[in-house]
Amino acid sequence: MPEVSFGPNLLADLAQMWSLPFMVNAFRAGTLVAVLAALAGYFVVLRRQTFAAHTLSVVGFPGATAAAWLGWSVTGGYLAASVAAAAVFALRPRATGRRQRAESAVIGTAAAFALACGFLFSTRSQGSVDGTTALLFGSVLGISTGQVVTLTWLAVVVLVLLTVVARPLLFGSLDPVVARAGGVPVRLLDAGFLVTLGAVIAMTAQITGALLVFALLVLPAATAQRLTARPLRAALVAVAIAVATTWVALTATFYTPYPVGFWLADLAFAGFVLATGVGAVRGRWHRSGRVAAVPAMVVGGTP
Amino acid sequence: MSWLVPMLGHPFIRHALLAGTGVAVVSGLVGHYLVLRAQVFAADALSHVALTGALGALAFGIDLRLGLFVVTVGVALAMGVLDGRRADPDEVVIGGVLAWTLGLGALFLTLYASGRSATGETGGTSVLFGSILGLSAGQAVAATVVAVAASLVVLAVARPLLFASVDGDVARARGVPTRALGVVFLAATAAAVAEATQVVGALLVLGLLAAPAGAASRLTARPYRALALSVLIAVLSVWVGVSASYLLPKAPPSFTIVATATVIYLVAGMAGPARRLAQA
Repeated sequence: MPEVSFGPNLLADLAQMWSLPFMVNAFRAGTLVAVLAALAGYFVVLRRQTFAAHTLSVVGFPGATAAAWLGWSVTGGYLAASVAAAAVFALRPRATGRRQRAESAVIGTAAAFALACGFLFSTRSQGSVDGTTALLFGSVLGISTGQVVTLTWLAVVVLVLLTVVARPLLFGSLDPVVARAGGVPVRLLDAGFLVTLGAVIAMTAQITGALLVFALLVLPAATAQRLTARPLRAALVAVAIAVATTWVALTATFYTPYPVGFWLADLAFAGFVLATGVGAVRGRWHRSGRVAAVPAMVVGGTP
Repeated sequence: MSWLVPMLGHPFIRHALLAGTGVAVVSGLVGHYLVLRAQVFAADALSHVALTGALGALAFGIDLRLGLFVVTVGVALAMGVLDGRRADPDEVVIGGVLAWTLGLGALFLTLYASGRSATGETGGTSVLFGSILGLSAGQAVAATVVAVAASLVVLAVARPLLFASVDGDVARARGVPTRALGVVFLAATAAAVAEATQVVGALLVLGLLAAPAGAASRLTARPYRALALSVLIAVLSVWVGVSASYLLPKAPPSFTIVATATVIYLVAGMAGPARRLAQA
């Protein structure tokens, strides 16, 4: 690798990074993943499914390590495991009351068992400790051009799916009872969204690792929802934040000795804290005198 | 059982069984209340904190257990105090803080690994996935002492904690200090998480905290019987797991322990419907 150093000329820095094929692939894959994760994440935050998303990302880990052990595609293994887990989760009977308490024990046990299986498979394969760490905490190395092509096809399918169901899904997420009364197939949408989410998580984990999917899936969407209440604007702001976070994180990873998972998680969290602060300040300002602006903000977005 | 005597002849097995039993007891006790109070995810959160605390200690060259316990118990106390102020904690905020914590963990892991790339590092893996067979005599005794102390704390508040967990409002009206109990319990949870991290690793602690308690709650509805069963299942999982790993050297003990606990949970889950079928 040639001598790399970050200079004030950003274009020269980009050119330096992009002279290396693996960084070009990392930026391509990272951008695709950021767009999808932010869009899916918008619904995850709205539907309060953040812990389900975290569990699905952990369950993909044994799929990836099993695939590595058997010499299959790691992306394919991850995808198969997290989509299968999402399907099981979607088909589970609804728990209420006392059963709900037991359900959290079931989910916790399933997550621990999945990680234990992943650990077993990773000790069986000839892969190094670094390979396991990359699967858990993310990596910018080793994204092949073939993987970028696969990710692109998956991204097109997911984008089309999300666009088609966006309106009923939004309706069903905000008010499932009224939506059901209005003829929206809420149960089917729930199941379909979970399976799609499994696929998006599998793709996101290629960059962030299984443990840090939250950084691109939930944090940009949550940040956007602190800044604006309008659905379309929030989704677009979430995409912009996710893509910007990914680009800055990849650049920082290239020019520093620190891992991509650290940069992604910490930049995304910093953005979230900043937006929460801005929201709090704006809320106080509106409360003290400019009361008339509040309904305008709820109905018509930020003034 | 001809393998039992030679197995027990190995010092590392004896250390593993000593520490493992202590850790299983405290995990079974704490796990029972975690399931009862629907706080399994709090334990999950603390396990992520434990991961970062231990990796941070490794990265900065401090004793691993110091970082593990100070950070985990400190965060648990902060959680306990803050939790009382807000009725409805925001899951996005919790998740965001966890993502940030794990990001720091990734940073510490890299710092630690790059510091000793030549020697072939295993410290990082043992934080993530445990190393019960690698415990020294001193570490095993220390883990057991901490486990006994934490277990005694939980047992001392067992009765009021049960009351507060089952019906917090009535308990408060009767003068039970539910908030203080909640903070004490979270601190005990943190100790159990830090202990279990040394046995099965930070990523697998729910295998010892959630699975035995969940299985026990399927087998009986009586609280003290469930508490005892939870402890029993946790201890059994560690013993069976360590033995299985000894007999099958290719299977790491963390996996065999968590797999045993999971299988017991599955069997317990089927026991209820089977009993109903038998009665019908």
